[in-house]
Amino acid sequence: MAAGARPFLRFDGVIRTFGETTAVGGISLEIEAHSFVALVGASGSGKSTLLKMVNRLTEPSSGSVLLEGEEVTSISAPALRRKIGYVFQGIGLFPHMTVAENIGIGPRLTGERASLARICELLELVELDPGMASRMPDELSGGQRQRVGVARALAGKPHLLLMDEPFGALDPITRDSLGQRVHDLHREFALTTVMVTHDMAEALLLADRVLVMDSGAIVADATPAQLLNGQGGDIAQALVAVPRDQARALADLAS
Amino acid sequence: MNDLLPALLRLGDPLAAHVLLSSSAIGLGTLIALPLAIWASRSANVARIALGFASLIQTIPALALLALFFPLLLALRSVFGEGLPTLGFLPALLALTLYALLPILRNAVTARANMDPGVLEAADGVGMTAWQKLRLVEAPLAAPYIMAGIRTASVWTIGAATLATTIGQPSLGDPIFAGLQTQNWVLVLAGCIASAGLAMIADALLGLVERGFACRKKSLIWIGLGIALAGIATAGITSRDTGGRGTVVIGAKNFSEQFILARLIGQNLQDAGYLVEYREGLGSAVIHGALTSGAIDVYVDYAGTIWANEMKLGDNLPRQRMIDAITQWEQKSTGTLVLGDLGFENAYTFVMNGDRAQQLGVRSLTDLAPVSRNLIVGGDVEFFERPEWRAVKQAYGLNFAQIRNYTATFMYNALQSGQSDVIAAFSSDGRIAADRLTVLQDPKHALPAYDALLLITPKRAHEERFINALKPLIGAISVEKMREANYEVDRNDNKLSPQAAAKKLAESLNTAP
Repeated sequence: MAAGARPFLRFDGVIRTFGETTAVGGISLEIEAHSFVALVGASGSGKSTLLKMVNRLTEPSSGSVLLEGEEVTSISAPALRRKIGYVFQGIGLFPHMTVAENIGIGPRLTGERASLARICELLELVELDPGMASRMPDELSGGQRQRVGVARALAGKPHLLLMDEPFGALDPITRDSLGQRVHDLHREFALTTVMVTHDMAEALLLADRVLVMDSGAIVADATPAQLLNGQGGDIAQALVAVPRDQARALADLAS
Repeated sequence: MNDLLPALLRLGDPLAAHVLLSSSAIGLGTLIALPLAIWASRSANVARIALGFASLIQTIPALALLALFFPLLLALRSVFGEGLPTLGFLPALLALTLYALLPILRNAVTARANMDPGVLEAADGVGMTAWQKLRLVEAPLAAPYIMAGIRTASVWTIGAATLATTIGQPSLGDPIFAGLQTQNWVLVLAGCIASAGLAMIADALLGLVERGFACRKKSLIWIGLGIALAGIATAGITSRDTGGRGTVVIGAKNFSEQFILARLIGQNLQDAGYLVEYREGLGSAVIHGALTSGAIDVYVDYAGTIWANEMKLGDNLPRQRMIDAITQWEQKSTGTLVLGDLGFENAYTFVMNGDRAQQLGVRSLTDLAPVSRNLIVGGDVEFFERPEWRAVKQAYGLNFAQIRNYTATFMYNALQSGQSDVIAAFSSDGRIAADRLTVLQDPKHALPAYDALLLITPKRAHEERFINALKPLIGAISVEKMREANYEVDRNDNKLSPQAAAKKLAESLNTAP
């Protein structure tokens, strides 16, 4: 590593156990600024646990996580989380708040107030009609809700965006368009994004670096191109085979 | 039933007291339950223990829970001093507060347990502190469920508060208990209607608040709370002028004679310039302690009751020697003044229907013993637990087919309708003569003397004006006069209120030499 070029996000010998089970077994890893990293693996491979140790929704049993050179434990958990955008499968819009109040919750926690113009700007970023600002969450479709969830995550102008199966519960069309939108926003705001997914196709299409996890360890660390060229080992290739075979089968059907 | 409306209109004071008592209990219960629920949502052990305790409290009958606070507060006096009230508002408030806990606590804990985990994760994820999460997410989402719990608690508390009468706290139980004892059904009905109506109004208002929380309409919340608070404030203002420091509190047990004598005492004290209030419907076990502890100032008890229950003595003495012994014992043990006996006796006495007694050839308890195997005996709710019953049973070898408990009033109906063959009645009861009942002789003197004694609390034992106001009653009331007064209240038609009967009794005392 070149002198002075410290990594944006760094895991240093991170272990997390739950009783007898080891969810994450000693991972050391560096993630460069502005990269879009996908964490792929089967259920229970430890990818969500690894992600949640960044914003301290889970604390490591040992080892440390450093964000921009500082240990994440050096400031309080709420203060840390306000700097990080977080989108997850459960969405978790506050049902008793309007869309505008949901999006503006981050600034509100620090005593600021997001202006209506800012709310409308954020709604437009996620391709929603600004007229939705006054709606309640239960009046929205699942896809619209997760768009609001993304807008909420971006409201605090974070440098880091964490996403835990963000599109898992959405229909394929919504999933595709929102995925592309997030990919564009990642570029536009020069974000560093870490996304957990079990869908290798999604990882290959959106990320510029794919980490494959199995039983609490990283078993492959490659670019989408490398994975598609057969690198990354058996477990990674088994995951890549699924969308590739599907694409092939579809192509055969068409011809 | 055209007496009902005036009876309802006279319930202003007990209604105000009832509103204040139940709203205080619900308020205090909420104040305790909510922090406990927050704690419980963060610790499974706390949740288990708190809910277990609250459920346990619910299994105790409300009447017993209220009564248990009397000895508890009496014991706590060693810590908090003699000023700690043992009867009235405080024990009623504490018991009802415990009663109100469960529904509020359970709803709050359940609401928190069933909250969408995604919403809670989001609250942490956006960077809320624990306090922000509670204030911005958990509290507003749990509010409708907590309000539903408070609603349930209110209905329970308003109902159970009628029982506060038995520990000397005025409530809508006053007309219910007084009416039950004197068979004044209009009074009972009025009390029930008032307390049920109050419960329905409280339920409707809190329902409005609950809906306000659920639909996030602040106007509904303010309307519901506003009307409820206005009602409580009105109750507070109207009942503020009662019960000053100088007021004399007159106690009464739960039967007609006691109500009448309390009013008679009250009239004499009022004539002497005292302000008086009444604590009626107190249990035998509570009332003596209430006097010695100063919760009440004066009441009438019966020699045999003190002899057996307070002094724990068994052997009967001739009546005058017994009265002297009681007077000395009261003076020595607590400083209570036994001013004297009123002139009549209200002993337990076994009575039968005249015809039935003749048919069986029974004139005394000795005659009763051989036929008792085929007979049903009735008594008031405490009689069969008392030492007198054991003494009589042993002395004559009584062995009844069945034992039945009644409230004092219903015993006579049971005798008339043949549901009991013999009852343990009260010798001063007017219904003995009116119903032509046969009084069974007690040749072995197994039943002790029950001279009515006027007892005065230690604090007033040397208050001359007080004593002089009551002295004219000593030795003044013959058993005939007492029976007559009791019958005015107890008979089925044209009954008088205890107040009116006391007034009539006072007049007859003044005219007769």
